[in-house]
Amino acid sequence: MFKTFPKGGIHPPENKLTADRPVVVLPLPQIVTVTVSQHIGAPAVPVVAKGDTVRAGQIIAAAKGFVSANVHSPVSGTIARIEPVVDTSGYRQTAVVIEVSGDEWADGIDLSTTLDKEIRLSREEIVARCLECGIVGMGGATFPTHVKMGIPTGKRCDLLIINGVECEPYLTSDHRLMLEKGEEVLTGVSALMKALNVDKAVIGIEINKADAIENLTTLADGFSGITIQPLKVKYPQGGEKQLIKAVCGREVPSGKLPLDVNVVVQNVATAYAVYEAVQKNKPLVERIVTVTGHGLSNPGNFKVRIGTPVSALIEAAGGMPGDTGKVVNGGPMMGKALSDINAPVTKGTSGVVLFRETTSRRAEVTPCIRCTKCTYVCPMGLEPWMLAASAERGMFDRVEKGKVTDCIECGSCAYTCPAKRPLLDYIRLGKSTVMRIIRERNTK
Amino acid sequence: MSSTILTTIIMLSLLGLVSAVILYVIAQKFKVIEDPRIDQVTELLPGANCGGCGFTGCRALAEAMVKADSFEGLYCPVGGADALGKIAVVLDRKPIIMEPKIAVLRCNGTPENCTRLTNYDGASNCRVAHSLYGGTTACFYGCLGCGDCVEACRFDAMYMDPVTKLPVISDEKCVACGACVKACPRNIIELRKKMHKDKKIYVSCVNKDKGALSRKACTVSCIGCGKCVKVCQYEAITLNDNLAFIDSFKCKMCRKCAPECPTGAILEIGFAVKEKKVIPEAEVRE
Repeated sequence: MFKTFPKGGIHPPENKLTADRPVVVLPLPQIVTVTVSQHIGAPAVPVVAKGDTVRAGQIIAAAKGFVSANVHSPVSGTIARIEPVVDTSGYRQTAVVIEVSGDEWADGIDLSTTLDKEIRLSREEIVARCLECGIVGMGGATFPTHVKMGIPTGKRCDLLIINGVECEPYLTSDHRLMLEKGEEVLTGVSALMKALNVDKAVIGIEINKADAIENLTTLADGFSGITIQPLKVKYPQGGEKQLIKAVCGREVPSGKLPLDVNVVVQNVATAYAVYEAVQKNKPLVERIVTVTGHGLSNPGNFKVRIGTPVSALIEAAGGMPGDTGKVVNGGPMMGKALSDINAPVTKGTSGVVLFRETTSRRAEVTPCIRCTKCTYVCPMGLEPWMLAASAERGMFDRVEKGKVTDCIECGSCAYTCPAKRPLLDYIRLGKSTVMRIIRERNTK
Repeated sequence: MSSTILTTIIMLSLLGLVSAVILYVIAQKFKVIEDPRIDQVTELLPGANCGGCGFTGCRALAEAMVKADSFEGLYCPVGGADALGKIAVVLDRKPIIMEPKIAVLRCNGTPENCTRLTNYDGASNCRVAHSLYGGTTACFYGCLGCGDCVEACRFDAMYMDPVTKLPVISDEKCVACGACVKACPRNIIELRKKMHKDKKIYVSCVNKDKGALSRKACTVSCIGCGKCVKVCQYEAITLNDNLAFIDSFKCKMCRKCAPECPTGAILEIGFAVKEKKVIPEAEVRE
């Protein structure tokens, strides 16, 4: 029997339409829009001005503070303007708009595709390189990697877990990466292991990606300390705490971090980005995005530069079908519908999913009958119905007592609710409000 | 036979007497002395328990009023000057004069003025919508139209207009308790000074974007040009973050600012029609 996390979880239809479609490199767009806040933490500060010419890989916005990340130019061209634009989150934020003139890279970046397995940089140099190259967690949460790699004194890490689960339906970008760039990913994992000073790394992959498991298992023989752990298919296995429980059986206590159980988790795409940064000195300016949906004529996995408008991706996938109701940034479970399809791709955009008008509409909401299906499927052991009902009525003390801050916003509760209640909407409201209340209490 | 009845009567009478004595002693010992004026003041308050005064209910305000030495900071917006006058007589204290206020919606983003770009089908709740994204229009400041304010109103003074998709505040019913102001996640509703015959003149926009952006989002937005500020003789208008604001306590209702506004963001309501065209929104509000 394959391993998985024990509590809750759901099995949504997988719909991995693009699993057998090789990654296609998309031509450069005419204009790229690079937002300054593509990560969790303080937004980066633009260091270029209107009219400047930049080369690909050149820094255009510098990290501000410790929990922040550098942003680099994905293309060579001229800075057209620095203005607020609507990003994939639906809010406006400062962005550097670059008129593309070509693909000329900055000095010191190795663009060759030859595999380089020998890691020459030291521990500190690897972390410094991650910071320099603006590497963030590419699974979607976009947490700056250098922060995760820097282990505070008193904490110890003995296991690195690599997230190759890709439990979101539809998405296949990590799957293709593991198939096509297996050795690069494993080299990246080795670099991460060196930086963390651990001798063991486990790559967790769900068994619906049998070819990726096989590929990496064969390749891992050439790397010391890396093992592949096949996992049973269950959503949300890609959640950090769920993955740790599934892979090594350790449970991260409420309100604690993986490091408290001596584990660090990184995504496979992050491992690849680390490989490029460490071995090729290449900053994070491109990523693989799955563009999929049942109405698309040419869905696929595309390698695109950060800042490319989502509309260009849809165009490459065969154009937007007329009956499209929603364009979701990310997977269907945790993704967010775009309010503007010209929003630019960011470091965290793992997929773009198009839904038909008929399937995208939310069903009519009926009263909660206390069937507690949501409680059964909650992977964090919370009571979603209670949290949602309390948040709706403004009873935030109850929401806080219900451990809303543990919610990973996976959406299993809303998915499973037979009354079609918008549970996650209210839980998110409750979570953000409770977090604000806690912050205010702590500053007092 | 008769002795049984007699014994019963005597026993019960004795029991009653002893119980009465015990109850009397306890009542005397644990007597709570409460100022009778609290009850009197509570009677004079409207009894809506709306929380507009900042206290949890009418009785809490009454207690605070009796306890305090003056009416400083203690005011019932619902009862207004009438109630305060009566309470002042009970408490034998000088009432303070408070200007009556009224809630005003500072957004005119009707579908006509402000094009809808997306559909929102999440939970019908402004706070949820506000925490999710910027809104269904290009305006990131305007009304979301889910009606949290209407739900918060305890005086039945608000309803959602199905045509304008904006809440409508009834001048007659609004008591300026401020519940809607607190409910709105975008701070669109403002408590303004109640003018004679419910006349109003205010900037019906809260968009803080630069002129070009806000104009693109909504045809009747404040673009922060500052023309109204220049024309105002009473220094009632201020311009902050590309947004003009008319202070209702300084405004003398001279109506010089409204014709200056290039976008028609300044609304005049309740006035006789001047040479300017009547804004459809004004009709709706009345």
